[in-house]
Amino acid sequence: MDADLRISLHAWMVLTRTFDDAMVSMWKQGRGLGGTFSQRGHEAISVGAGMALGPDDVVAPMHRDLGTYLLRGMSPERIFSNLLGKATGPSRGRDANLHGMGDLDLGIIGYVSHIPQALPTTLGVAMAFRYRGERRVAMTFVGDGGTCSGGFHETLNMAALYRAPFVLVIENNQYAYSTPLHQQMAVSDLAARAASYGVAAERVDGNDVEAVYRAVSAAVERARNGEGPSAIEAVTMRMLGHAIHDGAEYVPAELLEEWAAKDPIERHRNVLLEDGVVDTVDLEKMHEVAQQRITEAIAEAEKAPYPDPATVTEGVYA
Amino acid sequence: MSGDQGTGGRELTYLEAIAEALAVEMERDERVLVLGEDVGGTFGGAFKVTKGLAERFGDRRVMNTPIAELGFVGMANGMALMGLRPVVEVQFADFISTAFDSIVQFAATNHYRWGGAIPWVIRAPSDGGIRSGPFHSQNPEAWFVHTPGLKVVAPATPADAKGLLISAIRDDNPVIFFEAKPLYRSVRGPVPEGEYLVPIGDARIARRGSDVTVVTYGSQLHEALAAAERLAIDGIDTEVVDLRTLKPLDVDTVLDSVARTGRVLVVHSANRNAGVGAEVAARIAEEAFMWLDAPVTRLGGLDIPIPFSPPLEDAYRPDATKIETAVRKLVAF
Repeated sequence: MDADLRISLHAWMVLTRTFDDAMVSMWKQGRGLGGTFSQRGHEAISVGAGMALGPDDVVAPMHRDLGTYLLRGMSPERIFSNLLGKATGPSRGRDANLHGMGDLDLGIIGYVSHIPQALPTTLGVAMAFRYRGERRVAMTFVGDGGTCSGGFHETLNMAALYRAPFVLVIENNQYAYSTPLHQQMAVSDLAARAASYGVAAERVDGNDVEAVYRAVSAAVERARNGEGPSAIEAVTMRMLGHAIHDGAEYVPAELLEEWAAKDPIERHRNVLLEDGVVDTVDLEKMHEVAQQRITEAIAEAEKAPYPDPATVTEGVYA
Repeated sequence: MSGDQGTGGRELTYLEAIAEALAVEMERDERVLVLGEDVGGTFGGAFKVTKGLAERFGDRRVMNTPIAELGFVGMANGMALMGLRPVVEVQFADFISTAFDSIVQFAATNHYRWGGAIPWVIRAPSDGGIRSGPFHSQNPEAWFVHTPGLKVVAPATPADAKGLLISAIRDDNPVIFFEAKPLYRSVRGPVPEGEYLVPIGDARIARRGSDVTVVTYGSQLHEALAAAERLAIDGIDTEVVDLRTLKPLDVDTVLDSVARTGRVLVVHSANRNAGVGAEVAARIAEEAFMWLDAPVTRLGGLDIPIPFSPPLEDAYRPDATKIETAVRKLVAF
């Protein structure tokens, strides 16, 4: 893999983690608004998968895919503005936290809470590309929990049937809110669920950003060449609660310790250092740049205006 | 408010008018495609509304889907976001509940939340009276009238079926188009050729009268008109307002009629409790109270699942006789 690409993957993960750490402390200090969702543990997936897309492709990220939003060009100020209910966020104060952050100019479909609504929607995006004969790809994400929902099965069945240029990234983070995998389903191989519909499926280490990038890139390439849909199960661990209010006491401490040792950013950092792609000075610089970027973004979002209540009914209809 | 139902000799059934609207729009606009269960091939749908479209426009534009309403309405959301104009057939309006999230959570909220327009149409064959039982007879329009971000249309005549379907396809928002399936082959009327549009949000005075107003839509329009003819024999002059669009509601046409007659009956096939008629009645009570000579009255289905056996279904549904009785009571108040 090209050294610049490896560095870039790392830099986007660092930016995602820096954003997340700052967000979590803001909310703990009471400077947040409503709830929010930590990204910790998911950085390699949202960055690795997001990096695999081309500029004309479209993605529907979910609430743990901050890295994908950033990679598509949604600025940290706009995202913090959305989190704080400001007029300058992509939903203009209409939608909460990481929901409703759609921007078609950036190729992003906004998220809704009703899992797995993003799946059939994204299939429709892919079908529109196929309908017009465009060599574009549509990608979305789902959690392990979402694979239990009917829309997951309806969508994968149709995606395979229509050979749609559709890519699904399954983020298996072991828990659906408080419910562990073994209490959600009698199987443990989520890629097999997708494969049963005739979708090309594989499982990757979701804490290895380069492995995620390679697997999703191959899937995107297949989709672009008219070879049909793919599903990539990326296995990771949700390192904090479901949302900011959730202490996740139900997760065994040893499980978190085991996964903390496999932290995606720490691991990638060590690999880059071993391979001589970067040195510690480069990495320090990378963290400083990210920290400054996020500090500025928060300051800008905090001083941005709230939406004017006179506009509350605007935009219900196109 | 407009009353033009077209002139000239050509008449079509309600079903033929819908089929013609689809063909006109597919011919005119490459972005328009049709999808749903059994709509494609030579079969042409459970009611044959789409028969001939696949032969004419190809399988690419007339797509058969698996039995997966949540999935294929969700797919239409994505297609519409990318600029296509899918027309989705839900085989029976009763089955629309399985697509509820795709409609009310995604499509209805999307433009408000982040500005992505969803210009699809869902065609939903609704209504009963044809002995089809609890799951092939429903009128679920109130669910969607209660949902911000949707438009809801329910034509009663062939001309309106064509004109409103073309308007719905050209609208930039999600529109649910309730077809009254008892009318498919039983009602025939003049339908203008070519690109005929009836604006969404525009009620029609279907019959002029001075003593009492009946506000209705869908198949009950024809029951109300039949009742009005019987009432005329006794010198009761009934005005009949056909709402045509249920969301947005043309309140002005309703209020204007009530101001002239002072008496109003609201009728629909759907069960009365919290139905569309409740909103119509509330708007009249709020905005036309000073003109009323009698209480606003509603007639709808009973608050029960729709029964199959003829005497039970007839007991459930409003009809011309029940409308006639209710109007006589109103006039005598």
